Amino acid sequence: MTALYDPTAPLTASGNLRRRRAVSAVASSATILAAVLAVGVLALVVFTVIQRGAGAISWQFLTAAPPQFGGPGGGIAPAIVGTATIVAVAAAMAMPVGVAVAIFLTEYAGGRLTRPIQLAVDVMNSLPSIVIGLFVFGLLVAGRHQSGFAASFALAMIMLPLIARSTQEMLRLVPGTLRDAAEALGVSRWRTIVGVILPSALGGIVTGTVLAIARAAGETAPLLIVCSIYGNKTTFDIFGQAIPNIPVSIFTLSEQADPSGFTKAWGAALVLLTFILLTNIVARTLLARSRRNMTR
Amino acid sequence: MTSNGQQDPVATLPLQRVRVVAPSPREAPPAVPIEEAVFDVRGVDVFYGAKRAIAGVSMQVERNVVTAIIGPSGCGKSTFLRSLNRMNDSVPGFRIEGSILYHGHDVYGSGVDRVEVRRRIGMVFQRPNPFPKSIFDNVAWAPRNLGLRAGLAERVETALRGAALWDEVKDRLKQSALGLSGGQQQRLCIARAIAVEPDVLLLDEPASALDPVATAAIEELMHSLKRRYTIVIVTHNMQQAARVADRTAFFSLDERDGQRVGALVEYDATQTIFSHPADTRTRDYVSGRFG
Repeated sequence: MTALYDPTAPLTASGNLRRRRAVSAVASSATILAAVLAVGVLALVVFTVIQRGAGAISWQFLTAAPPQFGGPGGGIAPAIVGTATIVAVAAAMAMPVGVAVAIFLTEYAGGRLTRPIQLAVDVMNSLPSIVIGLFVFGLLVAGRHQSGFAASFALAMIMLPLIARSTQEMLRLVPGTLRDAAEALGVSRWRTIVGVILPSALGGIVTGTVLAIARAAGETAPLLIVCSIYGNKTTFDIFGQAIPNIPVSIFTLSEQADPSGFTKAWGAALVLLTFILLTNIVARTLLARSRRNMTR
Repeated sequence: MTSNGQQDPVATLPLQRVRVVAPSPREAPPAVPIEEAVFDVRGVDVFYGAKRAIAGVSMQVERNVVTAIIGPSGCGKSTFLRSLNRMNDSVPGFRIEGSILYHGHDVYGSGVDRVEVRRRIGMVFQRPNPFPKSIFDNVAWAPRNLGLRAGLAERVETALRGAALWDEVKDRLKQSALGLSGGQQQRLCIARAIAVEPDVLLLDEPASALDPVATAAIEELMHSLKRRYTIVIVTHNMQQAARVADRTAFFSLDERDGQRVGALVEYDATQTIFSHPADTRTRDYVSGRFG
């Protein structure tokens, strides 16, 4: 057999290395381009919203109620409070159930049960939000009236699989050796989960919930169906009536004939976007920290 | 305790008459040979799915004695150890045949609660696995959950002293256990295990992830622990077995029905195993010829 190459030759590129280099360069530049494109789109959206919405932002815009019959002036305070309320109630409903589902999937379910339930959670995750809206409309609104609670319920359905998924990921990261250690001490399974496993995964669970909140806060489709006919007062009466919220406000403001409504829509969009970006950043910082703690 | 079975390797061992002499000169031999068997393992086969991991293991583990299990990798040492306190139950496909009697009760009998089994038969693992909690909470967590709240601080202190760790950590009980060195973490895990006052301590290669100094500390500890506990230790380190164990069981891979299965080859006083073993495979292994 002849030698494939001369080991004593100078260490410059030889054979097909030049071609392989070129292919590699093309591939890496294509992926870089894709990454730049993705970041660029986000940057463009954020930039546009800031450019058009910044003019609308003022103390009055954030703290005053909108004028009763439309027109210039006023703010979106009731919508800000309303979105916070709806999302908080939704999180309060979705978090315990989502965490419980994740605990069941990682700690209790055997191989045969895991797969169908996992599939159900994933399908639920991909349910179109308008379908969830219709479902909640049929369940809670049809024959009755719109309500903030119906909105919370719809958002909880959107948040549930997100929370379940992220909690599951974190529970999987908890080292099996900790489960062994707790089991070998003669402590029951549930105490092990509550005392050792959940605290280790707490950071991730909170992060998952915050990310789900950020996602749900901007959901518009279900709210248009179940929580869109409201007055201009700040209210916490989630069971009695539809309560103002930012996504629907953006929609109705942008539909107004009055050009000042358009500016307000951009302003409201900026408020919502800021909230979502901030929660995302906070959540990811928390997540990074808890990952570090766990693997240290 | 009478022996049983024709091919039972234990049957040939004069269990009650062996006067166990510790190989290390530092250590005095046990005053009285102990007559009580904590474990009576009879013809145990362990399967993972279709694969048989160990076959036909029969041996008795004596009370307040350190029993070492040695053997090459993959011979089922850990599988056997984990079968003693049902830690294998959570392994998918795990199945056991034969019986393991613990003080005369079948560990795998109906009505046996495995949480109760582990409460009495504690375990320390190969890699130190402290909880991401404070040093105090690591030790106090299990007693708290078992309802042993009275005198918790003293219990923690006793356990940490028992694991020869107290002096090193007494001023930082509130700090995270993850800040301790590997050897300290492993002693913390031992303290955590003895805090609930188990009857038996199973140690699965407790020093294999540690440096020689920490290993020496753990071995030292075992000599003092055996006054109160029955200890079974799995180790791939023969010198360690010779140093700490009163009795040694040698496991090896056996050819059975075309499959390689772990089996107990020889079980005797440690000195006998290391100086004049009866089986050639044992002799080859302890003299370093294989494994």
